[in-house]
Amino acid sequence: MKRAIELSINGDTYDVLVSPNNTLLEVLRDKLGLMGTKRGCDLGACGACTVLINGEAYLSCVMLAIDAGGKDILTIEGLAEGGELHPLQSSFVEKGGLQCGFCTPGMILTARAILNEEENPTEDVIKRKMAGNLCRCTGYKKVVEAVMSANESDENAGRPEGQEA
Amino acid sequence: MKKGLNIVGTRVPMLDAGLKVKGAAQFTDDLVLPGMLFGKILRSPLPHARILNIDTSRAEKLPGVRGVATGRDIPDRQYGIVPMAKDEYALAKDKVRYIGDDVAAVCAIDPEIAEEALELIDVDYEELAAVFDPREAIKEGAPVIHEGVKNNTSFAINKEFGDVARAFAESDAVFEDRFYSQAVNHAPLEPHAALAQFDPLNGDLTLWSSTQIPFFLRRNLSNTLQIPESKVRVIKPKVGGGFGQKIDMFAKDFCAAWFAIHLGKPVKFVYEREEVFISTRQRHPMYITVKTGVKKDGTILGQQFQAHADGGAYNSTAPTMIALSCFFLMIPYHIPNLIYEGCHIYTNKPVGGAMRGHGIPQARFAVERQLDMIAGRMGVDPVEIRIKNSIHAGQPHSAGFVINTCGFSESVTRAAESIGWQEKRGKLPLGRGVGLAGASFPSGVSNMSHISSGAVVQLGRDGAVNVLSGAADIGQGAETVISQIVAEELGVSLEDIRITAADTGITPLDPGTFGSGVTVRAGNAARLAAMSARNKLFEFIAEKLEANLADLVAENRNIFVKGSPEKGMTFSAALKAYQYADLPMPIVGRGSWMAPASEPTTLFKEDGNFAPSYSFMTQAAEVEVDLQTGRVKLLKMVTAHDCGTPINPMLVEGQLEGSVVGGMGQALYENVIVEKGQVMNPSFLDYGFPTFMEMPEIEAIEVETDDPIGPFGAKEAGEGTQLSPAPAIVNAVYDAIGVDFMELPITPEKILDALEAKK
Ligand code: FES
Ligand code: FES
Repeated sequence: MKRAIELSINGDTYDVLVSPNNTLLEVLRDKLGLMGTKRGCDLGACGACTVLINGEAYLSCVMLAIDAGGKDILTIEGLAEGGELHPLQSSFVEKGGLQCGFCTPGMILTARAILNEEENPTEDVIKRKMAGNLCRCTGYKKVVEAVMSANESDENAGRPEGQEA
Repeated sequence: MKKGLNIVGTRVPMLDAGLKVKGAAQFTDDLVLPGMLFGKILRSPLPHARILNIDTSRAEKLPGVRGVATGRDIPDRQYGIVPMAKDEYALAKDKVRYIGDDVAAVCAIDPEIAEEALELIDVDYEELAAVFDPREAIKEGAPVIHEGVKNNTSFAINKEFGDVARAFAESDAVFEDRFYSQAVNHAPLEPHAALAQFDPLNGDLTLWSSTQIPFFLRRNLSNTLQIPESKVRVIKPKVGGGFGQKIDMFAKDFCAAWFAIHLGKPVKFVYEREEVFISTRQRHPMYITVKTGVKKDGTILGQQFQAHADGGAYNSTAPTMIALSCFFLMIPYHIPNLIYEGCHIYTNKPVGGAMRGHGIPQARFAVERQLDMIAGRMGVDPVEIRIKNSIHAGQPHSAGFVINTCGFSESVTRAAESIGWQEKRGKLPLGRGVGLAGASFPSGVSNMSHISSGAVVQLGRDGAVNVLSGAADIGQGAETVISQIVAEELGVSLEDIRITAADTGITPLDPGTFGSGVTVRAGNAARLAAMSARNKLFEFIAEKLEANLADLVAENRNIFVKGSPEKGMTFSAALKAYQYADLPMPIVGRGSWMAPASEPTTLFKEDGNFAPSYSFMTQAAEVEVDLQTGRVKLLKMVTAHDCGTPINPMLVEGQLEGSVVGGMGQALYENVIVEKGQVMNPSFLDYGFPTFMEMPEIEAIEVETDDPIGPFGAKEAGEGTQLSPAPAIVNAVYDAIGVDFMELPITPEKILDALEAKK
């Protein structure tokens, strides 16, 4: 049986009709056309589908859409405000923290969650917490550099809105 | 950065990086067309079987199903990326040859219904004897996988340069060793996808595909589906990595197109991750024997190389792959006498194809490992033996290669220095070690037909520079590099460039992304096009300024007389003046480029030059082996790479870093495990390529040379780097624990067994 649920995504509210077994990824991509969230494996093993739920990183391909009801969902489309890139996004651009870009939305959102949780994470912490995000292009080095430099360049890079220092 | 250049040589971000970080870059699966249908492929559950009958009636009746296709429906035309080796049907005709082979396709209003319908297709198979080991498949009496292919050997190459028997007789020592390199999956993050649309009024077919080779795909679609090439348009959206796996076409391309034509609706196919592992391509497993004759001081006199490549069920790039394995034995070392014998053998397993390095990483693993073993046996330092045998630019080459620039011995010296060779080799405590390995790679090839690129550069009234290029950017940044080249040549800013690439309906011909030829080939074409457009503008400006055309320069959006910047005008003023002189706009420059092919050769039978230029590299590794768990940690990898003069050092570094980590996967972790034809680990979790946690410290050293052929001196970057991380790591493991590993990958179990055996 399909069920109507309310999803709050990037600050907007969407009414969607979902089956109990629909994943959040299916709803984002296939029903709402939010294509920035990528499907790399559909099995919870690559991180390409990462979204933030109440500020924490989740794999949307292994999360049921109904479980996301009533929570704050942030996808890559909601990270930048206005025409400006979010500092993390700029840092990935500047540091060359991406090549094909398929893993990139997931990488950036995971990084955002890390910076939400922790002030000035060390390189080791970043590596450990990003270990679920696979990239086959970059060899990871410039991704780490991008996250480190976003943290340095903007004290507020990771803080949730309204909590800037 | 070279003197006098403003944009070439700078670390500018990729032009599409902004779209990518916003999640706005469109990959094939992100495209949606009105009324789009979804396709799925039914795959063979058996490794080798005759198809007696396929009953699709139950599937066709499932509500929501719009079509079912089998091999009977699609014309009887085989496809393949190498014209001489075509052996695949879009859907199996009467046989399946591996578990995962394409049997039938379904098209439905949503992917779940298509999936459900697959289960309603009834296939009667007659199971046939299967063979999984190429050393068995090659024997008389082995099961015949393709009719008429004797000993399952679809391709063999056998050639001698010089006199190897004499070289061995004159050697102080001759060593023979055997090696094995495993199956590796490319595992690009973006699964393969295709979307087709057909216009029944004019018969135009459009296919969006995650491909590295839009123009080859167009040709194969035309041939297989029997529609004129002029009616097929292939568009390459963003591609989420390829590494060679997308240098091929698949059932999804043909079936999407076939359904679109027959149903009159757009149709999309997206492969699941498991299908990417099982039913696309992988690096060929290879059994290699190397016999090398050396003098006391380590000078190589002769070498004999035998390779048996496990091709799996189909050819894909078979002839090219096995030829590359062999040709690149003649470089970066001087091998005056050489025999190579290579063959591609069918087995009932997943199909081998081009993967970063394309046949060469396997050969390099064997040769670079053996070189270290020889150094040990002869009491010569591994660094010294490499420098001693290094080829040099301008020297006569035993196979006729023309080496214009060569930074190989410099790359050995610098990599060794940087890893701390003198202080560390043989001197670190048990469990720690350093090792190195070298390699060379072509920048595209000069000896094949159809390998040329075109470009168009248009200067319009708005001051924007429009570039059309057929180059397929698959994430490596080809569009950015080409734009840098054009901007430099026109003296405009990078923001002034608008590039459209890889759409066979719009952009000029290009062979695609393979053989590391894009920067040189498409880059040179774009440079010629830019020069041609610029010269048209210059002719007019020279007259206006009463100056010599040859004295004009374009720089920083200005055109002026060399040495007198006051005598000139801005680029946009020049365009405006051109227009107001009632000269026709836009100014169009065209360029086409292919490598000089003055001595065309296949190298199969005769000598000759293979590539327009060659890059050279050395990898040096430091490892730590955990003696309790057998785990190897790669602490540091130095990569010293002669890639000419980089157009964009940041993108080059990215290529090198990614390639090193890929090579580390090949050395330590990755292996497509197949049991009785069944892939046992077709998921990211079970396959386990390197993550952030395994990332080593990477130091990239650029050994700059100024190549005369590449645009602004550029050569290949990034593919060659994947050739020797594996032998470098395994050589370092030898230094750490004194064990010579001959087979990849070196897993903890193998290490523990070896340590146990050593006790
Ligand atoms: S798509 Fe969700 S983890 Fe891979
Ligand atoms: S940039 Fe291609 S997978 Fe990460």
